[in-house]
Amino acid sequence: MDVTLLQELNQARAARRAVMLVTHLDTGAQRLIHRGDVAETDPLAEEAGKRFLSGKSGLFSDADGAELFLTVHLPPPRLVIIGAVHISKALVPMAQLAGFDVRVIDPRGAFATEARFPAELLHADWPEDVLAQHPLDPYTALAAVTHDPKIDDFPLEQALRTGCFYVGALGSRKTHGKRVERLLAAGLSEAQIQRIDAPIGLSIGAASPAEIAVSVLASIIAALRLPAETR
Amino acid sequence: MSETTASLLPGQDVLETAETWAREGRLTALATVIETWGSAPRPVGSHLVIDSDGQFEGSVSGGCVEGAVITEALDVIESRVPKILEFGVADETAWRVGLSCGGRIRVYVEPLGGATL
Repeated sequence: MDVTLLQELNQARAARRAVMLVTHLDTGAQRLIHRGDVAETDPLAEEAGKRFLSGKSGLFSDADGAELFLTVHLPPPRLVIIGAVHISKALVPMAQLAGFDVRVIDPRGAFATEARFPAELLHADWPEDVLAQHPLDPYTALAAVTHDPKIDDFPLEQALRTGCFYVGALGSRKTHGKRVERLLAAGLSEAQIQRIDAPIGLSIGAASPAEIAVSVLASIIAALRLPAETR
Repeated sequence: MSETTASLLPGQDVLETAETWAREGRLTALATVIETWGSAPRPVGSHLVIDSDGQFEGSVSGGCVEGAVITEALDVIESRVPKILEFGVADETAWRVGLSCGGRIRVYVEPLGGATL
């Protein structure tokens, strides 16, 4: 592979853009196809569309019978945690080990300190401001764990509107009932609101903050890997 | 969400390592799993990057055939010509390595940075 092509591929991946590398196995010739920037006349346009949905790399025979290998790169899953709380302290390293790119957002200076969280993933600002700079996308999971509607509601609404692959919110059933009313009033549909994982996390009887973090991460992985109908 | 895109730990991205090594002027090859049959340990699209000293990062089989891929990659680094390798039970005699799980894999090995030479 040409180093310039490898650089273009890595730049697209770093910018969280979906991209596909096409390799002619007979000749070694290669090119990149960027999602959302495929010419209609491109002989691989239809196949690229399918691949960007499935995320699966694999072999493909083109119209001339040449054997191609298509390497599909979708953005790696990201986890945005609203709330620099005790659960988050356990969830951050666990999610990183599982391969997630993790961000923590909390406007409360007492919680969002660099003594408690790595500076490079911490945003000590309101979600409204941080998400304007770093928008959510469908390759992102959002977990809101502050218990405070002033902080949690806006990012939850954004996550549902953006189609984040996982949206979870901490709180009792009663707390969640009130949250549902507020989100309905904000104009979200019942179908959208039903996507919220609440009470948050897989039901494993989690008691400590670290155990709750395990249950939240398990729910996120299930949302990422399992088809919706089997969850 | 392709499972091949998530690296195990931050900073262990094989393609970024490949770019860094190529920029450092190291002669390198990139191996990619292009086809699997049966219970192959690493999915299609998995990468292994190898330099001319035999240093490597990533994996194509969880350890079963890496040694043989590295040996072949050293040839590719020298010849600058890509090649396709096949491993599995059926090829045990040809390659003298196999996948203990009984699966078969096909691996594409290509030189990196050929155009700059």
